[in-house]
Amino acid sequence: MAELRTEEFQVNMGPHHPSTHGVCRLVLTMDGEKVVAVEPVIGYLHRAIEKICENRTYPQCSPMMDRFEYVTAMSSDYVYALAVEKLAQLEVPERAEYLRVIMLELNRIASHLIFWGVTAMDIGAYTPFLYGLREREDIIDLFEMTCGQRLTYNYIRIGGVSRDIPKEFEPKCRAFIKKLRGKFSDYEGLLNENPIWLARTKGIGVLTPETAISYGASGPVLRASGIDYDLRRDDPYSIYDKFDFAIPTQKTGDCYDRFIQRLDEMKESLKIIEQALDGLPEGEIKAKVKPKFKPPEGEVYSRIESARGEMGAYVRSDGTTKPVRVKLRGSSYNHLALVPEICTDVLIADLVAIFATLDIIMPEVDR
Amino acid sequence: MSCTVIAFGELHGIFAWLHELPVSIGLPDSVQAVVMYAALGVTVFSVLSLFALFLVWWERKIAAHIQQRFGPMRVGWHGWYQTVMDALKLLQKEDIRIETRDKVVFFWAPVVCFVAAFLAYVVMPFGKGLIVADLNIGILYIMAVTTFTVIALLMAGWGSNNKYALLGGMRSAAQVVSYEIPMVVSLLTIIIYVGSLSMVDIVESQSGWFFNWFIFRVPFGPIAFVTYIIAAIAEANRTPFDIPEAEQELVAGYNIEYSGMKFAMFFLAEFVNMFTVSAIAATVFLGGWNGPFLPSWVWFMGKTLTVVLLLMLVRWTYPRLRVDQLMEFAWKFLVPVTFANLILAGVLKYLGYWE
Repeated sequence: MAELRTEEFQVNMGPHHPSTHGVCRLVLTMDGEKVVAVEPVIGYLHRAIEKICENRTYPQCSPMMDRFEYVTAMSSDYVYALAVEKLAQLEVPERAEYLRVIMLELNRIASHLIFWGVTAMDIGAYTPFLYGLREREDIIDLFEMTCGQRLTYNYIRIGGVSRDIPKEFEPKCRAFIKKLRGKFSDYEGLLNENPIWLARTKGIGVLTPETAISYGASGPVLRASGIDYDLRRDDPYSIYDKFDFAIPTQKTGDCYDRFIQRLDEMKESLKIIEQALDGLPEGEIKAKVKPKFKPPEGEVYSRIESARGEMGAYVRSDGTTKPVRVKLRGSSYNHLALVPEICTDVLIADLVAIFATLDIIMPEVDR
Repeated sequence: MSCTVIAFGELHGIFAWLHELPVSIGLPDSVQAVVMYAALGVTVFSVLSLFALFLVWWERKIAAHIQQRFGPMRVGWHGWYQTVMDALKLLQKEDIRIETRDKVVFFWAPVVCFVAAFLAYVVMPFGKGLIVADLNIGILYIMAVTTFTVIALLMAGWGSNNKYALLGGMRSAAQVVSYEIPMVVSLLTIIIYVGSLSMVDIVESQSGWFFNWFIFRVPFGPIAFVTYIIAAIAEANRTPFDIPEAEQELVAGYNIEYSGMKFAMFFLAEFVNMFTVSAIAATVFLGGWNGPFLPSWVWFMGKTLTVVLLLMLVRWTYPRLRVDQLMEFAWKFLVPVTFANLILAGVLKYLGYWE
């Protein structure tokens, strides 16, 4: 029998594709269904946030940060505020720190809920997406109640927060915590032990701890590979050292572990929010910051644990009202670099699962 | 050629009139048969098209309620004619044809798909006497014509000259061919008890109360039913076996380049196929039109829609299998199980258990 000639072909996955989460383009070299090589092409969402910041005063840069990582805009607000506060050595009132922690953790849960739903949808189960967004809606309502915004909050400002929480925030937040705790059994019952789900995620896209470290992975992706590292505990910022919470880790670093990791983290975040609500002190919510705010000359790097991993902001000042340089670090950038590493010789369906569980969002990559 | 259909339920009067018309104006007998079949074809086609539109709406509502939303609400009571409007919109849309397509194959793919979806209804017993033609090879005929769909999907995948479409077409070919076997063997398990391939005979051998239905009456009936349903979901290209059009992987699979009415034809054919596999399940396993008090066609529709509901619930609950897992499941699990089931059922029948 004459041998059949086969050849590899290239497929452009994206920039507009249902499962590339925004405008990422993956150039796939495929041998039938099998992905031989992946080459991510980035830059479709570049908005020059860092450059624009150079032409704005320090407080004016704050709203830009919402667009840096819009799924957890609180984190990106905060990392910039933290950098400037470090630079200017501003004292932040204690109540503001507590409010920040509550908002950051609520936003982490919101982000993980989106992750939970979107990952399920990428693996073909449509319904969890709606369930995830349903619970996220409650968090968004809490944010709207506090700062009037639902996506780009601009709530955490240099020196504190933009406004105090309303009276009904606390009971609603506690009700939400109770409600979400009840929903976890639903979430776990829907997918965690489903045989199809296990077949699709167990042992797929294994990320070894060595690879994870060498590519600079962080956050849930790193912890799912078994490395116990969390900036909230290992390099404490704000008032995280006051709270009692565990850092969940997994063992193998496959898609299933990365999926379970986020579910576990949500439960820990709920604990932090509860403790912060219990200990919320009275007082000021914002340090005095002049519009023509001039931090002293110098440079600073601040880093926090966002929902996706280490998020950093480097700010350099020459003593004027505008920063000389703002450089933002998004963990998705490093995680996207992992895709070609762990996505060789997988099927196209696995590629989608791996991409989804790395939880890459493009605004953080392109900035 | 003679017309087998005489008693067609309440439509009897119209059909009797049509039956007499060519003769009364002095045309030959062959014309009479053509007129009759044309009339029947139009009837079945329009009823099923409407039913497909209803199923689209129903699926959207069920999905919406599973997901705690409302679904279509604006167009009529609970959006009941939303899909009619959608179909009208698709009719008006520009038919986008890419330059690099294979002209003939691209054009004929939706036609073949649409026609193949409706062919099965020639032998479908909608009720007592409500059947277009009671072929003595009924179920074999259905199995043969529903497989045409795979040719259409391959044509669409090839003719579109698009890599996603091609992957979708190849996937569907592999899938439908693999799942055809457990599907047919599951049905054979029942047919060896009936001793006839005619759909009417199959239904009539289940007359009486529900314990006469084959799912309950024969040994291994429940197993055959479950394997049939699994294979049927794969045949109808629905989650968890919807890999030919897996949105998150292949965007839309084989129908990615189709727009307007051509897309609508694929879309409606998919829902007609779902109705077909459910109707076969209702006929072969659940007693078809048999049932007390209510008219026979109500029982048939009720049973079929129950199976459709089952397929919809599965679709909106489960994740999707991967393409290799899908094949493994068919060849390593479903085919051995159905064959073992068939052999055991045959042995029991031979030994004289169960009439």
